[in-house]
Amino acid sequence: MSFLHEALAYIFSAENWAGKAGLGARILEHLQYTGVAVAVSALIAIPVGLIIGHTGRGSFLVVTAVNALRALPTLGVLLLGVLLWGLGLLPPTVALMLLGIPPLLAGTYAGIANVDPKIVDAARSMGMTERRILTRVEMPNAMPLILGGLRTATLQIVATATVAAYASLGGLGRYLIDGIKVREFSLALVGALLVTALALVLDGLLALAVWASVPGTGRLRRRLPQPLLDDEVRLDTEPSGQGPAARDPSLTVEGW
Amino acid sequence: MRYLLNHLDSAGQLTLIHLRLSLIPVLLGLLIAVPLGALVWRRPALRRLTTLSASIIFTIPSLALFVVLPLIIPTRILDEANVIVALTLYTTALLVRAVPEALDAVPGHVRDAATAVGYTRVGQLLKVELPLSIPVLVAGLRVVAVTNISMVAVGSVIGIGGLGTWFTEGYQSDKSDQIVAGIIAIFVLAIVIDVLILLAGRTITPWARVKAAR
Repeated sequence: MSFLHEALAYIFSAENWAGKAGLGARILEHLQYTGVAVAVSALIAIPVGLIIGHTGRGSFLVVTAVNALRALPTLGVLLLGVLLWGLGLLPPTVALMLLGIPPLLAGTYAGIANVDPKIVDAARSMGMTERRILTRVEMPNAMPLILGGLRTATLQIVATATVAAYASLGGLGRYLIDGIKVREFSLALVGALLVTALALVLDGLLALAVWASVPGTGRLRRRLPQPLLDDEVRLDTEPSGQGPAARDPSLTVEGW
Repeated sequence: MRYLLNHLDSAGQLTLIHLRLSLIPVLLGLLIAVPLGALVWRRPALRRLTTLSASIIFTIPSLALFVVLPLIIPTRILDEANVIVALTLYTTALLVRAVPEALDAVPGHVRDAATAVGYTRVGQLLKVELPLSIPVLVAGLRVVAVTNISMVAVGSVIGIGGLGTWFTEGYQSDKSDQIVAGIIAIFVLAIVIDVLILLAGRTITPWARVKAAR
C-alpha cells in the first residue's frame, strides 16, 4: 500500500503539476489526442451512419466495417504509423480512430434505422423533404443512441490514448509506461490513477448528455414554444418580399 | 507478410499465449456473469448495484487496471494471472449487464406458456429464459472476445506477452514488416474467433434458424 501513498503524494504536490512535463501538461496532451481522435471519428462515422440508416442501403457495410475495424490492433497501427509518418498527431489519431469509428457508426446507424417508421411516414406525408426528415425527425429521435456511441468511442479512446507514450509521444501514458520501464511502480500508478479518473469524468459527462437527449422529455430545452419548428414558423411569418395577404391560399390558388 | 511466413514457429507460440490470455477470461467471465445476472434479474436493488459497479469497472482503462490490480490481489503486473483476472473483470462487467436485459426481452406469452405447461420458476429460468437469451449473450461474447484480443496486444507496451510483442520489438528495431505481420496475425485471429463464436451460437440455437427460414 505504500506505493499508493507515494502515488497520491506525487499527485497532490503542486510542483509536479507545473511545467512542460508536469501533470497539467500531460493531462492536456491526453485530452488533445482524445479530442482530435473522437472528433475525426465522429466526422467520418456519423454522416455515413446517417446516410445508411436513412436510406437503409448498405447496412451490411456497417456490420462488416464495425467488425473489421474492431479486429485491427490499435497498437500495431500506431507504431506502424510512427515508423511510416514520424512523430506527431497523425499516427495516434489514425490508430485511435479504429476504436472510435465502430461504436459511433453502429450507434448512429442503429439510432436512425430504429426510428418508428410510422413517425417517418407521418413526416413524409406532411411534405417534409428527405433532408428535413433526417435532421428534424430521425436525428432527434436517434440522439440517445448516437450520443451513446460517442460515449463508448470516447471511453475507448481516452483509455487507449495511454499507448501514445510508447511511441515517444506525450499524454498520461508517459507516467504509466515510463514508470514500468524504470521499475518505479508508484509513478506507473500515478498514470493509472489519473487515466482512470479522466475516463470516469468523461464517461459521467457523456452519460449525462445521453440522459438529457432522450426525446420528448424536454431535458435539453427550457423554452416550450415548439423550438423544432422555429424556422418553419419564420417562413410563415416572413414570406419573401410579399405581405401576408399575398399568401392567402385562396388568392394564390384561384389567381392561377 | 514474408516476416509472418518466416516466423511461423514463434507466431504459433505467441498466438497460443495470446489466446490463453484473452479467451480464458471470456470463459471465466461467462461462468460468473450468467448466474450473477440471473440472480440479480428479479431483484431491482441488487440489479441496480450490479449495473452500477459493472459500469464503473468497465470504465477503468485496461492498462491502468493491469497496474492497479497488484495492489488489491497478490499478483505481479506481468503475471499471467494478473492479466487474466483483469480481463475477467471486464468480461464479467460487460456480460452481467446484458444477461438481465436479455431475460427481460423474453416475450410474455412464452413465459406464460412455460408456466402453463408446469415449469417451476427455476426450471423456467434454466430451460426457457436462459436459452432464449443466448443470441444476446453471443453478441456480447463476440464483442468481448475481440476486445480482449486487442487489449492483450496493447498490454505489450508494459511487457505482457502475446502477438503484441511483435509490435514492440518491431518498433524498437525499426522493422515495419514485423509490425505489419503482427497486425495481420492479430486481425486474422480476432476475425477467426469472432466467426467461431458466431457459429457456436448458431449451432446451439437451432430454433433461431427455423424462424429465419420461414
